[in-house]
Amino acid sequence: MADISINFAGIKSPNPYWLASAPPTNTGYQVQRAFEAGWGGAVWKTLGEPVLNVTSRFGAHSFNGQRVAGFNNIELISDRSIEENLKEIYETKKRFPDRAIIASLMVEPKREKWHEIVKRVQDVGVDGFELNLGCPHGMSERGMGAAVGQHPDLVEKTTLYAKEAAEVPVITKLTPNITDITTTARAAERGGADAISMINTINSLMGVDIDTWNTIPNVNGMGAHGGYCGPAVKPIALNMIGECARQQDINIPISGIGGISTWQDTVEFMLMGSGGVQICTAAMHHGFSIIDDLVEGLENYLDDKGIASISEIIGASVAKYTDWSHLDLNHKKVARINNDICINCNKCHIACEDTAHQCIDMLTDKKGDGYLEVREDECVGCNLCSIVCPVDGAIDMVDLTPTEPPMSWNNRQSALQMLNN
Amino acid sequence: MENLLQNLMSTEDLADNFKESKPSYNAQEALDEANRCLYCYDAPCITACPTGINIPSFIKKIASGNLKGSAKTIMEANPVGASCARVCPTEELCEGACVLNDSTKPIMIGDLQRFATDWAIKNEQVLFKKGEKNGKNIAIVGSGPAGLSAARELGRMGYEVTVFEGKKEAGGLDTHGIVPFRLPKDISLWEVEQVENVGVEIRTNVEVGKDIFTDDLVLNYDAVMLAVGMSKVPKLGIEGEDLAGICDAIELVEETKNKNYSAEFAGKRVAVIGAGNTAIDGATTSVRLGADNVQILYRRTEAEMTAYEFEYEFAKQEGVEFRWLTAPKRLIGDNKGYLKQMECVQMELQETGSDGRRRPVEIQGSEFLIDVDIVVKAIGQTRHTHIIDAFGLEHNGGVVKVDPETYLTSNPKVYAAGDAIFGKGIGEAMVVSAAQQGKETAYAIHQQLVESRTECV
Repeated sequence: MADISINFAGIKSPNPYWLASAPPTNTGYQVQRAFEAGWGGAVWKTLGEPVLNVTSRFGAHSFNGQRVAGFNNIELISDRSIEENLKEIYETKKRFPDRAIIASLMVEPKREKWHEIVKRVQDVGVDGFELNLGCPHGMSERGMGAAVGQHPDLVEKTTLYAKEAAEVPVITKLTPNITDITTTARAAERGGADAISMINTINSLMGVDIDTWNTIPNVNGMGAHGGYCGPAVKPIALNMIGECARQQDINIPISGIGGISTWQDTVEFMLMGSGGVQICTAAMHHGFSIIDDLVEGLENYLDDKGIASISEIIGASVAKYTDWSHLDLNHKKVARINNDICINCNKCHIACEDTAHQCIDMLTDKKGDGYLEVREDECVGCNLCSIVCPVDGAIDMVDLTPTEPPMSWNNRQSALQMLNN
Repeated sequence: MENLLQNLMSTEDLADNFKESKPSYNAQEALDEANRCLYCYDAPCITACPTGINIPSFIKKIASGNLKGSAKTIMEANPVGASCARVCPTEELCEGACVLNDSTKPIMIGDLQRFATDWAIKNEQVLFKKGEKNGKNIAIVGSGPAGLSAARELGRMGYEVTVFEGKKEAGGLDTHGIVPFRLPKDISLWEVEQVENVGVEIRTNVEVGKDIFTDDLVLNYDAVMLAVGMSKVPKLGIEGEDLAGICDAIELVEETKNKNYSAEFAGKRVAVIGAGNTAIDGATTSVRLGADNVQILYRRTEAEMTAYEFEYEFAKQEGVEFRWLTAPKRLIGDNKGYLKQMECVQMELQETGSDGRRRPVEIQGSEFLIDVDIVVKAIGQTRHTHIIDAFGLEHNGGVVKVDPETYLTSNPKVYAAGDAIFGKGIGEAMVVSAAQQGKETAYAIHQQLVESRTECV
C-alpha cells in the first residue's frame, strides 16, 4: 500500500486531506466527527474578534440537474468566543494527536494584534497557523481578509507579524481576487511564510431570483457579494497553483484549495505543485464520509502506478506548464471518430459545423446507415468534438507523426530575427 | 357465488380499476429524465415520429422550465399529442430510435411528452389561435385523430371548418375506443377543445347520410374530408352468436370510457376472440371488470399476433391467458339463452397466404369444448361503407381509395384520411399516423384551394 502521509512545511498528517477553514470546521464536535471519519487534518474556522452573522448565508449554482456545481457564502469568521474555540481545539488535539490542526487567524493588520492572537492560540497546542488574508466578503469591508490579501505589502507585513510570534509553521492563505497571484505569493514568502495556501473564494453573486428579483442569497431582500467555491472554481485554482509552482523564485510549499471533490482532483492538484489539499464544498454537499473514497482512491491510484509515496507526485507536472510562446506550433493533432462506438447523436458534427472548423461530415454508408467522418486535413485539433461527445471512446484526439521539428513562437521569432540580422 | 362477487365489487372499486394505470412523472422525475437527453443534431427520434415532433426541442424546454413552450412544440406537430404520449408504440417509434439505445437506455420520450401536455391541460393553456378568415369552408366527417388534426390546421389557416360527429362526444378512437386506464377520456376531450379554440365548429350527434346528406356537404363546402375511421367488430359467423353473453370489444371499451362499468363480468369466465390491440383491450377490460378468468383465443400463433409487444406484455401481467392456434366453431347456450360453452377447434399453420402471413387451417377432429360465460369479439372492424357509398367514392372493400400524395378520393372535392383509408396492406393504423395524415390532408386542401383561386384570378 502506498504511503499517502504528508509532511507539509513541517506539519505532519496521515493523509493529504485537510478540511478547509469554513463552516465544516466551526466546532470541536464537527472536527472530531471528521477525524473519526478519517480526515488527515483540519484548518479550524477563522478565529478573531467574534462577529455577528446574517441569515441566509449560502447560495449554489446548479447546472442541468447537477446540484452544487458552484457554491458561495456570505458567512463571516467564527461567531463563537475565542475561549470556547480554544477549549475545543485543545480537546480535539488531545483526542486525535496524529491529526493536523491548523488554526486560521484573522485580525487587523497590526503587529500587536497578530502577536497577541498567535501567542494565545499557540498556547493550547496547534500544529500550525493559516493567515486568512483572503475572505472576500464582510471582513474585507473592515480592512481584514481580502482587503489585506490584495496588497502585497500588507501580505508581507502581516505574515511577518505572525512569524515573529509563531513557534509553529505559518501558512499564508491567498485571495484569487487579484490580477497576479504570484505577486502576493512572493510577498508572503518575503514575510517569512513557511507555506502558502490557495485559493480563497472568488467574489461572486450567485444569481437573481427571476420571480422576486431578489439576489441569491438574500438577507431580508438585500444581497452582498460572497465567496465562490466548489467544482466550478477548480480550473481557476489549478491555474493559480500552477502559476506559483512554476515560478523559480517561489520556493515554499503550496496547500491546494478550490473545488477539489475527488481523489482524481487531488492527484491533479498535487501534480501541479500542491503539497496537500484542503476541501470544503464537497464535504458540505455530501458529509464527512467522502473521505473514505478520497483516501482509498488515492491509495489505489498510487499502487496501480507503482508509486510508493505520494510525495513522489508533488509538482511532477509543473515543468509541463509553461507560457503559450513555448508551445510547439508544428505539432498536429486531429480528431478521429470510432464508428463502432459512435451512437450517431451528431453533436460533434453540429458543434464543428456551427462553431468550429466545419470538418466533420455526416455521411451515409452502403446500407443506408449514417456515420460521421473527420476531414483530417481541415481539422485543427481543437478538441471541441471530443468535448461534446457523450460517449467515452467515440472520438480520439490523435497525435500525428511530426513532419517538421518542434518550433515554438519564441523559436520562430528568434529564427526570424537571425534571418533579418 | 357469482352474485356475492358482484356485490363485493362496489362501483368505486370498478371506477378505480379504470383510472389511468401508469403514474405520471413528478416534476423531479421529468427534470432528471429531460436532462439526460443529449439534444442530438438531426435527431433520429424526430425522423421516427410520424408527425415529426421536434423531440429534443420539447425535452430541452422541459429541462429549462418552459413547459408552455414544450407543450406547444408537441401539439404544433401533433394535434393529438397528449393522447399519443399515452398510446403511441414509442418503443417502435421515437424511443426505439433514440441514440442512447446504443449506450445506456433510451430517453422516456412518451412519459416526458405526457408530462408536458399534462401541464398544459392542468394549467388550461390555449396553445393556438385561429387564422384570419379566408372565406372558404370545409366539412370534415368524423372527429377522430385524422379529422381533428386536419380541422386544427385548417382552422389556423383561416378556413371555416365544420366537423360532423355522429356520437355525443368528439374525439373518435381516442375518446371512445382506447381503454380508459391507458387513455382517460378527458385527455382526448382537451384535444377536442384545443381544436375548437381555433374556431372549428364541431357538431356532435349528427350522422352524415342520415341527419345531413352527403350531396349537401359536397355542394355547400369548398372541400369535404372523410375521416370516419372504422366501425363495429364483424360477426363471427358461427352458430349461437345471438346468445346473451356475446359482446363487441369496441362497444365494451366505449362503455367503460363513459364510466358505465358492466356488472356482468364479475366472477365470470371470459373468452376474447382475436389477438390485435383491440383484443388486448377487451381482455384487460374484462379483468378490470372483475372477471374470474380471461383468455384470448387466436387461430394463429404468438408470432403472427398484431398486438404491440408492450400490449401483449401488459395483458400477461394482468393475468390474461393466451390460447394459440384455437378458433371458435360454435357457441352453446343454456335453456335460458345464456352462453355456457364454446366449441373450439385446433388449428395449424400452413403455407403463406396472400397477406404474407401463414394461413391457419383446422385440424380435423380436434374439436373441444370450453366453459365460458362471456365471449368478447375482437376480430377486426367493419367499415362505414354506407357513408363511403353515399359519397360515391371508389373503395376497396370499404377502404377508400385516395391519391397517396394528396389524399384526394375519386371525387375531386372529397378527401379521406385515417383508418378510413387504412387496410388491405396500405397505411398505418396508429393514432399518430392518422394525425399526420390529417395534417397532410389539410395542407393538400389548402394547396388545391389556393391554386384554384390563383387560376380564377
